[in-house]
Amino acid sequence: MLEIKNLHASLEEEGKEILKGVNLTVEAGKVHAIMGPNGSGKSTLSYVLSGKGGYEVTDGSATLAGADLLAMEAEERAAAGLFLAFQYPVEIPGVGNMTFLRTAVNAQRKARGEEEMDAATFLKEVRAKAKDLKIDAEMLKRPVNMGFSGGEKKRNEILQMAMLEPKMCILDETDSGLDVDAMKLVADGVNALRAPDRGFLVITHYQRLLDHIVPDVVHIMAKGRIIKTGGPELALEVERNGYADILAEVA
Amino acid sequence: MGLPQAKLTATEARLASLAMPVQAGWTRPLREAALTRVQDLGLPGRRDEYWRFTRPDELISAAPVPAAVLPPAENATFEDIDRLRLVFVDGVFDPEASDDPALAGLEITRLAEAEAQDISWAADLYGVLETRGQSPVPRPLAALNTAFATDGVLIRATGKVEKPVNLVYRHCDETSDAILHHLIRVEPGADLTVLETGPAAARFNKVMEVDVADGGAFHHVRSQGRDHDRRAATHIFARLGEESIFKSFTLTMNGALTRNEVVIEMTGDNGTAHVAGACMGDGSFHHDDTVFITHDALNCESRQVFKKVLRKGATGVFQGKILVKAGAQKTDGYQISQSLLLDEEANFLAKPELEIYADDVACSHGSTSGAIDEDALFYLRSRGVPKAEAQDMMVLSFLAEAIEEIEAEAVRDEVVASLADWLERHRR
Repeated sequence: MLEIKNLHASLEEEGKEILKGVNLTVEAGKVHAIMGPNGSGKSTLSYVLSGKGGYEVTDGSATLAGADLLAMEAEERAAAGLFLAFQYPVEIPGVGNMTFLRTAVNAQRKARGEEEMDAATFLKEVRAKAKDLKIDAEMLKRPVNMGFSGGEKKRNEILQMAMLEPKMCILDETDSGLDVDAMKLVADGVNALRAPDRGFLVITHYQRLLDHIVPDVVHIMAKGRIIKTGGPELALEVERNGYADILAEVA
Repeated sequence: MGLPQAKLTATEARLASLAMPVQAGWTRPLREAALTRVQDLGLPGRRDEYWRFTRPDELISAAPVPAAVLPPAENATFEDIDRLRLVFVDGVFDPEASDDPALAGLEITRLAEAEAQDISWAADLYGVLETRGQSPVPRPLAALNTAFATDGVLIRATGKVEKPVNLVYRHCDETSDAILHHLIRVEPGADLTVLETGPAAARFNKVMEVDVADGGAFHHVRSQGRDHDRRAATHIFARLGEESIFKSFTLTMNGALTRNEVVIEMTGDNGTAHVAGACMGDGSFHHDDTVFITHDALNCESRQVFKKVLRKGATGVFQGKILVKAGAQKTDGYQISQSLLLDEEANFLAKPELEIYADDVACSHGSTSGAIDEDALFYLRSRGVPKAEAQDMMVLSFLAEAIEEIEAEAVRDEVVASLADWLERHRR
């Protein structure tokens, strides 16, 4: 589904290289997790894949279902099926949550040459999915992420994911700022979206999220590279011993 | 003390091009007095303190710069709102095109016809608030208006008026130079909404004097647009009684040169005055909001919320003042002026002023200029919203605080719709 080969990327302004040859393949139906210490390039990887400005790809490739992601604008990547759940979802005053979501759903459909979703169907779907995530009608009416708590913002991200039905979901530290109950709610939302034709890349500092979203594969990232890959037991090892042992082992 | 020669010459040239209407009745002495004010003040010049950011030349020239007449927009603003329309064509009232002005709680008289009648409330108002508003900042274009206005409307609200009065300004003559003077009296406990729409004329000088009595409420929403060459100088002078409400919002899109002045005097305790504006400027666009709110009573609240979106060389100006007089305790004054600069060529000039002589007040003001927030733009695009559409969403987001000042939801929706429509037509 997602195939990353020898990906190198630098900060445009400083020219500092952050990604130093990332190789990673996420198959359809699988959940991959990336763990790693601060500054290892995990979030940068998510931004480079989703098309945020400020980064320059100097080498390598990234494809989604065979399509060259790096040649596309951010919105084209979204329409191609990529979704990034933000670590810090942005507040946008004056733009209604529903208006935004409906614009996004229909813009993606239009870009794919599909028919737009009519207002009634949209409303029905969004209400049903919001209910599962315990997002009330009041939250849907508010401007995008305005006045939302940390947990509400993350649930709103998952609602967007559920409505947009992407092929490949990247979750950037979705557990940050969440208490245990909120994390469980978010994890349930993600688990409900697991499907044979959908891949997940879960970026996290801590193992605890992976108790709820159980990964098929765990990668350890450090200094801009994937340095170790294993099963769910690798996350447990990190939880017990920290990153020091693994870093020392590959050094 | 004489005027500087250049100012004197410019003032005399403009005055020579004007004549008081022959039908002037009870307004004649008021007009004569206003003419004297113009002669004493002289018309605005570039060296005047409040004209440093806006060149007055095209507003004071003997003849207006011709303005192309555009076909009316397909969806005129406020079209879907049940309203009473009073139509002016190039500054002349058109009774045929207007609705029947008979409406409960409302008395409407055309200025040109009112001259021959004895309307005592109007005689106490015509040029009166304008004169009060000449100090401490002179507003000679308003005095010129009082002296030479050819038409206008007198509106007296005596109760809760069930639908808004829409002053519709049509523009059919490329060289029209319209001077309109409206008088509005909101009686105690009455509630009136006035909407203003349309390009009006090649050059438009408009004064609206609004007297809101104790417990009265006046809502004003205007949409200036669809007139790329328009030059306009407008003034609203308002006097607010006890527990009265005054709320004014202006949407401005296009227009070559616009100067909108609002001068409010809060004379009764517990009054509320909100003035807001949203403008979209593109290219050779110059828009100036000059606001002066005087607090002269206890526990009054005032808000000034002005937002400007500018690009391709457009210029926005904001000069806003809050004056809190001695004794106007418990004043709550708020003022914000912000610009969203969509490129390097856009300009925003702001002069926020606070002058406070009371010691128990809360006044705040802020002024900012910035570009579209890249993080927010990326957030929208990452959900599949194309760049141009995402930028439009960010523009509407930026303007939201000003637009939210419009109380009536249906009116607010129309304003948002016409903004969205403008944005779509002007996509790069």
